[in-house]
Amino acid sequence: MFDPIWKLALGLFTGVVFGILLQKGAVAKFRVIVGQFILKDWTVVKIMGTAVIVGAVGVYGLLALEVVSLHIRPLAWAGIVVGGVLFGVGMAVFGYCPGTSVAACGEGRRDAMVGVAGMLVAAGVYVVLYPWLHTLSESLGNAGEVTLPDLTGTSPWLWIGVLAILAVLAQFLSRLFHPARTRRDRQQTVRVRKLRLRKQFEKH
Amino acid sequence: MTSIKNPLQDKQWSPYLVGLGIGVLSWFAFASVDHPLGITTAFEHGAALGVQAIAPGLAANNEYFETETPKVSWETMLVVGVFLGAFFSSLASGDRERIVVPVMWKERFGPSVPLRFTAAFFGAGLMMFGARLAQGCTSGHGISGTLQLAASSWLFAILFFGTGVATSLLLYGRRSKTHV
Repeated sequence: MFDPIWKLALGLFTGVVFGILLQKGAVAKFRVIVGQFILKDWTVVKIMGTAVIVGAVGVYGLLALEVVSLHIRPLAWAGIVVGGVLFGVGMAVFGYCPGTSVAACGEGRRDAMVGVAGMLVAAGVYVVLYPWLHTLSESLGNAGEVTLPDLTGTSPWLWIGVLAILAVLAQFLSRLFHPARTRRDRQQTVRVRKLRLRKQFEKH
Repeated sequence: MTSIKNPLQDKQWSPYLVGLGIGVLSWFAFASVDHPLGITTAFEHGAALGVQAIAPGLAANNEYFETETPKVSWETMLVVGVFLGAFFSSLASGDRERIVVPVMWKERFGPSVPLRFTAAFFGAGLMMFGARLAQGCTSGHGISGTLQLAASSWLFAILFFGTGVATSLLLYGRRSKTHV
């Protein structure tokens, strides 16, 4: 019924750090999540992209040192496809994802609290309907716990390297396409900094 | 005299810094309990314990309880921690947002509270249902799975992002203001 207490404490600690990061990343906000989905606010992609590349380097590094093992979800075709589509539609209507909705509750957002109640009820429906849903998930076959390097017979470091290059390239291209905006933003930051410095001088 | 400001008092950090933090946190999760970061398994286990308690008859013949042993686990405490972390973080920066109907929603669908709550309840429910069918969410698949280069997670991430974009563009259109 319970994990050992040290494990629960570690979970709580990891969660608190995760919650602080989500809140400071501003992804516990409806406008940021929906803003990403209408392709106007790229905060979510920047955070997830950085997390995935940094995380991949560390986890594959630790794997090479045999400190950790991989935990891959099986590729049950129907489950992933139907689940992914429902998840995207639901998340767009709700305006938060599961983790950020919990963080949004911490921030005081009332609609997120209603959503979390909906998530618990839906999880209960899933458990009750599990025998039928499990058959559905597996109905189009299951390719097992495979990674992209497994499927292609390549090194994971090749994939991580390509991802990192793509991320740098995307950052470079976005500056190329929106130079005016970023330059104005930068000038704005410089102005704010100067103002702050001047105020400090006046104080002393 | 320069006073160094406590970073917790800032309302927002750079997305790259936050991403770096989440990446390093995933190393910590793997190294400390050999577990990827994920949110929805805790909801599933919590709901399963609830089903067992409320309707033991429903649970008795359900093969779910043969394959899974729901419990209060590392993941449950992770979810509790996310709530507490966000609570303290928003308290420290004064970024409390006791919002009932988000501004973007209000501009598009009006100020009705029942409408927003109904959409939030069923939207979130649909999302959770999808997450459990696919065995992961934005954290479990979107971050933890993709960083392990799992084929299932990359497919899930592409699909949910694509349908999320399509749905939102249908609902709001490209010209909605995000910062009002």
